Amino acid sequence: MKIVVCIKQVPDTNEVRLDPKTGTLIRDGVPSIINPDDKSGLEAALLLKDQHGAHVTVLTMGPQQADLALREALAMGADEAILLTDRAFAGADTWATSLTLAKALDELDYDLIITGRQAIDGDTAQVGPELAEHLQIPHVSYAKDIKKEEGNLIVKRMFEDGYHLIRVKMPCLVTALSDMNTPRYMNVKGIYDAYREKTVKTMTFDDLKIEREALGLKGSPTKVKRSFTKGAKTAGKLYKDLDEKEAARVIVEKMKEKFII
Amino acid sequence: MDKAYKGVHVFIEQNDRKIQNVSLELLGKARELADTLQQQVTAVLVGYEIEEVEKLAAYGADKILYANDEALDLYMTEPYTKVLTQIVNDEKPEIVLFGATAIGRDLAPRIAGRVHTGLTADCTSLEINEENGDLMMTRPAFGGNLMATIICPDHRPQMATVRPGVMQKIKPDESKPAVIESVNITIEESDKTYEILEVVKEVSEKMDIQEAHVLVSGGRGVGCTENFEQLEVLAHELGGIVSSSRAAVDIGWMPKEVQVGQTGKTVRPDLYVACGISGAIQHLAGMEESKFIVAINKDETAPIFEAADIGIVGDLTKVIPALIEELKLAKAEKNQ
Repeated sequence: MKIVVCIKQVPDTNEVRLDPKTGTLIRDGVPSIINPDDKSGLEAALLLKDQHGAHVTVLTMGPQQADLALREALAMGADEAILLTDRAFAGADTWATSLTLAKALDELDYDLIITGRQAIDGDTAQVGPELAEHLQIPHVSYAKDIKKEEGNLIVKRMFEDGYHLIRVKMPCLVTALSDMNTPRYMNVKGIYDAYREKTVKTMTFDDLKIEREALGLKGSPTKVKRSFTKGAKTAGKLYKDLDEKEAARVIVEKMKEKFII
Repeated sequence: MDKAYKGVHVFIEQNDRKIQNVSLELLGKARELADTLQQQVTAVLVGYEIEEVEKLAAYGADKILYANDEALDLYMTEPYTKVLTQIVNDEKPEIVLFGATAIGRDLAPRIAGRVHTGLTADCTSLEINEENGDLMMTRPAFGGNLMATIICPDHRPQMATVRPGVMQKIKPDESKPAVIESVNITIEESDKTYEILEVVKEVSEKMDIQEAHVLVSGGRGVGCTENFEQLEVLAHELGGIVSSSRAAVDIGWMPKEVQVGQTGKTVRPDLYVACGISGAIQHLAGMEESKFIVAINKDETAPIFEAADIGIVGDLTKVIPALIEELKLAKAEKNQ
């Protein structure tokens, strides 16, 4: 079985802070990690490899620095790594990103594609299903478990109030939830191999069969009109002399304002 | 831009043949957008023998497009995509809205991919640009640290998903007639690209505090086990669950699996209500990333107030029941 896992290197958004003076994001010094849902997707692929044997390729689209995420994936046990990088891909929204990945996957061999459900920097959950659509293969999203049964996969597909157990034929795409497993650690030999024995292959625009205008910012139906911060978090307001009714009213008003209720 | 595209469509989500609240909320927003554009609101309902179809009109729809077929009873990606794509192609709506749910976030990208248009996820605000009529879709990114306003200038329809609870339902107008048009689309066996082997509902399963959107958390200041029952009531009212500080676990009031903090779990719910928690550093480390923090404590020097968005200095046994009452009132108002 050939599995391709699509991963994204993301800033650890838990570490992103706002500059209290300017209200802008401080990105310097924020560590980059493999997106958590993607990392669990990779672990799911490695578990399938452990149980049934598989060739696991990790694919990422991003800048040169994303090499680090691919090396980590290799050290965890992936067999092959591909960095999809080109200025032509820059500024892509989910539509153009998924199209770029689809064109790269057209050049690869796969039975199963695993992506994370969503990335913590964008939270859209769109690239997986859009990628499957471009490739014209079925997808199952929100997976909490993936099992192989002959030529089929049995996927536990989560909903808010339960799950569907789904049988799907390969080739297909599955989007993984971070709570489906605990990703393994890299071991020393894995790290050694990732840097000394294994290589990261690079694919650029020239390797894809597509016109330039369909990709990157130009190929993106959506555009960012403006971005802004909600302002730095200031020390909250302390109410000392309210009776319980007034206090309750103040809390509920704030909750309404914040769309909590 | 292609002027042939007109109208605001809302995908109506059903579960167990019941129309979901998020869809009624979206109809409220769609009504407002359509009024600004001087266009119509269409509710697109896909399923089988769905209950109370007429209420979609009362909540703002001018027209209901209803694909009623046994093959559509349970949500499946491809059959639903086929129906919705055909409706988009036939009706040419200018805007299509979906709930940002486990269904909406699966279906909408598949449709956007197929009709080649943009899709903006988890919008918190939708407005019409008065200059050119474009939809301006605002959404959070970077874990809520950044907001971005997204447009889709050259493709139609403009598509967006919105989380449950963000938009407001309108006051239902029961006198509004429901115009229902049936949609006839045959679902072939080959459209079922996967097979559902089992449907499992597990609402009763105890939720992990790390997955809850709302946590009502109690500490030593809660005083006794009985008072924790009040926190349960409050949590229920807010659609959340109860967690606790280490102190309350050490005393034996609460089990270890609901402990928040360095030695417990790290949580970042949308709302964290800290009750009788002083706010030791190890506790703050486990919850300070919560989006909105309310702290109630009788000691005004408690460090928890430094981390809180709102702090109330007061007696828990009085404030909590008052808060429960106030929430019930707010809910009754909203559902009117």
